[in-house]
Amino acid sequence: MAVPLVFEKRSKTFMAFNDSFIMIKRSGLHIIRNRDQLLGAFFQPIMFLVLFASVFGGAISKALPPGVTYLNFLMAGIIVQTTAFGSTTTAIAVCNDLQKGIVDRFRSLPMSNLAVLNGHVISDLFRNSISTLVMLLAGLVIGFRPHASLTDWLLIAGILFLFTLAFSWLSAIVGVMAKSVEGVQWLTFVLVFPLTFASTAFVPAQGMGRILKAFAVNQPITQVVEAVRALILGTPIGNHGWLAVAWSVGILVIAMPFASWLFRRKTLS
Amino acid sequence: MAQSKYVIEAKDLKKSYGSAKVLKGIDLKVERGTMLALLGPNGAGKTTTVRILSTLLAFDSGTVTVEGHDVTTEPDEVRSVIGLTGQSAAIDELLTGRENLVMMGRLYRLSKASAKARAQELLEEFDIVEAAERPAKTYSGGMRRRLDLAVSLIATPPVLFLDEPTTGLDPRSRLDMWGIIKSLLAAGTSILLTTQYLEEADQLADRIVVIDDGKVIAEGTASELKRKVGKDRLELTFKDDRTLAQAVKVLGQNVIDSDEKELSATVVIKDTNTDVKETLDMLAKQKIPIHAMTIHKPTLDDVFLSLTGKQKRAEKKEDL
Repeated sequence: MAVPLVFEKRSKTFMAFNDSFIMIKRSGLHIIRNRDQLLGAFFQPIMFLVLFASVFGGAISKALPPGVTYLNFLMAGIIVQTTAFGSTTTAIAVCNDLQKGIVDRFRSLPMSNLAVLNGHVISDLFRNSISTLVMLLAGLVIGFRPHASLTDWLLIAGILFLFTLAFSWLSAIVGVMAKSVEGVQWLTFVLVFPLTFASTAFVPAQGMGRILKAFAVNQPITQVVEAVRALILGTPIGNHGWLAVAWSVGILVIAMPFASWLFRRKTLS
Repeated sequence: MAQSKYVIEAKDLKKSYGSAKVLKGIDLKVERGTMLALLGPNGAGKTTTVRILSTLLAFDSGTVTVEGHDVTTEPDEVRSVIGLTGQSAAIDELLTGRENLVMMGRLYRLSKASAKARAQELLEEFDIVEAAERPAKTYSGGMRRRLDLAVSLIATPPVLFLDEPTTGLDPRSRLDMWGIIKSLLAAGTSILLTTQYLEEADQLADRIVVIDDGKVIAEGTASELKRKVGKDRLELTFKDDRTLAQAVKVLGQNVIDSDEKELSATVVIKDTNTDVKETLDMLAKQKIPIHAMTIHKPTLDDVFLSLTGKQKRAEKKEDL
């Protein structure tokens, strides 16, 4: 061979991080190359925002506290909904990798196995950040007027960051377990749609039936929505902030090792 | 530790999925710097064997070492010396050819500079330079396989697994692939190749292990295997049907087949040295002129059919 090869000799931990880094770069390139998906990440949130604001705005604004416009109320909900749906891209990406031979290739390399999952999860974070920013800008154009300080925005970013991470790891589980990409799409839709709609993302809980309301006010999406909403509107956040973080961390602590375990098991048999 | 003569050693390898026994005790050894071909029909257990040897699959019992490392207890050590090219091209479709190579190089722990330089070298060697900056999904089938093989060579692993590397390729691409594989062998790479094409095993491999239904049913060099089953045949052609008839009469029982259209007679020869001369002498004595003659070696097809056929019959007996 003409080229003398130099191998990295670093600690195992360093190389594991390096592997994840390489895989994040790979997934990042996927985001850029996958133009349809990228367009979706731009336009779907705008579409949802405009539709919800104009269709529901008039009817729901009467149920809102005085001085709160529906757009200002809606913003938190629609951001959380978009990130929740955005996280399901991990499931599709993981399933795609497993269907094709590429996971075998990765596994025949002396690399950290979990880097594959890490790569997809972290790149979801990027795409979700893009979607969220697009939505905020579009919101400002059509009349969104937040009352959040810089600290509030940082808190919002932190809460959403944890939430996306938690949901992406959840969706990694779906991706490993599903038999086909179509299956993934169906499964994530059935999981995420009820969770986001049976919450206070789009409407206040007052008008809901007793059982629905009991579910809606206690489930994780509502906590995240309410925390972000309070920070945006400058209203008291109550327990929502802590609960939002606790839910996300709780999901993360369970989903991450479980997804990793499933992935290892699935790829070995 | 002294280097063993064998780079891959598998002993009594067994693997079941539920009640289906896929491997029923496979033994194989690959000598350093040579190619062993694992030959067998679809479903014989070839891919399962390769997946186990390359650390991708857990197995039930037996031992496997690659370059002296146990695949179960030292998978990372094994992975750093092997390259794997599977049946479906394991490349990232959205990345370009070059990006694929560099990424895999980095995952093989190559330094950035090394990965880039080696990628360039392989792109040239495998004739992918022009397509280097295009996403791999735009590649033709042959080009995909070449990139796939290039990727598994990025860290110049001393041991290579090729799982049906030419299945589904057109004849031209297959020949290209054979050329590449031959040059790898010449460079000293040890290779385990699986194939269902007899010609491929015949052309490339130093030794052949024939497996069927999860068992090794024959082993040896291509010519050893052929000798085991078929005998050489001498085909004689004559000028006209009169000489043909004379020859058939002279050679008597030795003739196993005569063809009046082709004006040819076929004789079985057990020993090439003596039997050919004897046959020719018998004709010369009677002054029968020979127009042309060819010696037919049995092909691996003959070997394969007779071996797997025998296997089927043996099983039927067991059933009774």
